[in-house]
Amino acid sequence: MTDIYQSQRAMRQMRRQAMQRGVVAILDVGSSKIACLVLRFDGTGRLSDDNSIGSMAGQTGFRVIGAATTRSRGVQFGEVSAMQETERAIRTALQAAQKMAEIRVDHVIACFSGANPRSYGLDAEVDLEDQLVTEAEIGRVLNACELPDYGTGREVLHAQPVNFALDNRSGLIDPRGQLGQTLAVDMHMLTVDAVAIQNIVHCIKRCDLELAGIANSAYVSGISALVEDEQELGAACIDMGGGTTSVSIFMKKHMIYADCVRMGGDHVTSDISMGLGVPTAVAERIKTFSGGVHATGADDRDLIDIGGDTGDWEHDRRTVSRAELIGIMRPRVEEILEEVRARLDAAGFDHMPSQQIVLTGGASQVMGLDGLASRILGQRVRLGRPLRVHGLPQSATGPGFSSAVGLCLFAAHPQDEWWDFEIPVDNYPGRSFTRAVKWFKDNW
Amino acid sequence: MQPVNDHHALIAYREKPLAGPDAEFDSADAGPAAAEPRLRLKGRRLLGRGARKADPAPSRLSYRFQRWMLTPGIRLGLRIGVPFCLALLAGGIFFADQKRRDALNIFVSDIRTSIQERPEFMVNLMAVDGAGPGLSEDIREVVPLDFPISSFDLDVDQVRDTISGLDPVKSASVRIKPGGILQVDVVERQPVVVWRTQDGIELLDETGAHVADLASRADRPDLPLIAGDGADEHVGEALALMRAARGLGDRVRGVVRIGDRRWDLVLDRRQRIMLPTERPVQALERVLAVSEVQDLLERDVAVVDMRLGMRPTIRMTEAASEEWWSTRMTKTGNGQ
Repeated sequence: MTDIYQSQRAMRQMRRQAMQRGVVAILDVGSSKIACLVLRFDGTGRLSDDNSIGSMAGQTGFRVIGAATTRSRGVQFGEVSAMQETERAIRTALQAAQKMAEIRVDHVIACFSGANPRSYGLDAEVDLEDQLVTEAEIGRVLNACELPDYGTGREVLHAQPVNFALDNRSGLIDPRGQLGQTLAVDMHMLTVDAVAIQNIVHCIKRCDLELAGIANSAYVSGISALVEDEQELGAACIDMGGGTTSVSIFMKKHMIYADCVRMGGDHVTSDISMGLGVPTAVAERIKTFSGGVHATGADDRDLIDIGGDTGDWEHDRRTVSRAELIGIMRPRVEEILEEVRARLDAAGFDHMPSQQIVLTGGASQVMGLDGLASRILGQRVRLGRPLRVHGLPQSATGPGFSSAVGLCLFAAHPQDEWWDFEIPVDNYPGRSFTRAVKWFKDNW
Repeated sequence: MQPVNDHHALIAYREKPLAGPDAEFDSADAGPAAAEPRLRLKGRRLLGRGARKADPAPSRLSYRFQRWMLTPGIRLGLRIGVPFCLALLAGGIFFADQKRRDALNIFVSDIRTSIQERPEFMVNLMAVDGAGPGLSEDIREVVPLDFPISSFDLDVDQVRDTISGLDPVKSASVRIKPGGILQVDVVERQPVVVWRTQDGIELLDETGAHVADLASRADRPDLPLIAGDGADEHVGEALALMRAARGLGDRVRGVVRIGDRRWDLVLDRRQRIMLPTERPVQALERVLAVSEVQDLLERDVAVVDMRLGMRPTIRMTEAASEEWWSTRMTKTGNGQ
């Protein structure tokens, strides 16, 4: 427990160092591609002259000066499955981004989607010592949360205070400085498999980089794909990636639930590959250019050349109608969406006041997906693209980059987490001198 | 249902050339690759394009090297330091040879000379204003310039110091006028007194500075005469005394500095007025006032001693004293 606390604090320290240096790299380790952006921080964001939030939605404190993406190798279901390959892919992306930025980057903030994220809701309540909510009191109440038994071999990735309540006033975002008797907190905690984190950390260490933060990609793609009022009123972001489909639910600008379905666009591709008997690369191309989930009558006559290189003329001249292709793709997409529906139901999404659903991620670009999704998930479905940030190249503005862009926002303005607050003194085993001083203060 | 037309029957989404019999036309174009020589050196497989690997990832070494090259300090060093060092090295190698150094020096000095000797910068003559003929001869003598000379080689300050160092010159200004003229404006010292010393007779100006030597006092009878050690440093006092003694007319012979401390006014008939150290002019005026009333100086007085202001003293000449004594004797005898 203290271990995570210390390592996360160390990462926060790294992030501060990176901020001082002004340059940090963003690494989105996905199953189909690894995206790397290099950010330059140039002062705090300023509002425009007329005090409106401006076209950049207030995200003006940083600028993307380098961007590169490479095909991911050795990552399956959002987890590292082949270390060497992943390391090489990270190196490729990072080198290209560095070259574009023309500056050396030493600090990396990474995100990944897999590793079985699991959400826990925690709460705690403490009596305030001198009726004033201070930072130390917040640390104390956060520390008073009773941790569930999340199992061995798992690590806490996020632990964010979602809601504070002072006496009987709830819904406080920042209770510091207020007066009251008891302070209660609701905290959202996300745990993932420790091995997956260790693997990614190890890969990044082998690239001579310092890890300045790590995040779950469901969370960060929610930050960038949901607009502000959706985050405020409640919405679910479904990031359909290559190997996984991540689900995150936001409410009052906080993530309150995250989960991950271990199916994604790669599975659709492999279905096509198996169903048509073509290589994966061809299947991917067919899916990208002519895929869809909603067949019309014209699709029967739309013949797609699926080709081949065997030298057998009959084999190499095969064609398939678009309707057939859709017939292969649709059940898999439906299955993914059904699975997402099940996760949303388990999270109690249908009790939310606003049930907006935003589809993003590379696999959300399948034609007609919003129609299919609205039949499965609910009426209010839209396709989401990442927020605009300064200097982002046009090629990185598609929905496949929403987690990378979200990670930029996360790097610039991280939300408070449990480890941003000091653990109260009496829970520290080490600091006996501080405890002695506190004892003196209390008794004299 | 739409009618099937040719447009729909077309095979869409054909991105790359067909594999199969048609593809042979494409592959035939790639002739040189197919027509590789059968015998080839083994190294070519390593060096040639054939050894291209499918993995785009950089090796650890190249990754580290690139990161090293992107480090700001290294980049700065490469952009500024390396060219600087190269230039330094090239310069060092070039100047290591004595012959090349000399050649460069000669080249530079040639250019300097060619610029300095342009007619615009040449000075052709020296004009001396404000000096008498003798002085201007002297000035031309002490400033030995052989015209024409470049104005870069001309040290005007030094010329001015030389000219100012001449005794008869009070002040001098030297400048180069357009047209190549070295203009020397001189203010001459005007002699106001004649100073007689054991070495000879000199002319001094009002500050006591030496103007010229004089062969004889009779050459300048219009100027007053002073004498004594250190008299040249107090010419102003001497002139004041002479002004005060103007009433005595041509009886005044001169003033003598006694012991470099006080003045004596010397008149004809070997008369002498000894003046005090302090306020000598006032003391002289007292004597003159007395003289006017009682004809003091017309009488047979050798010395009027004003050195003690409380007790002015006169000394009579020897003849007068004897006369005085005999008169008293006679008077006393007669009286008895």
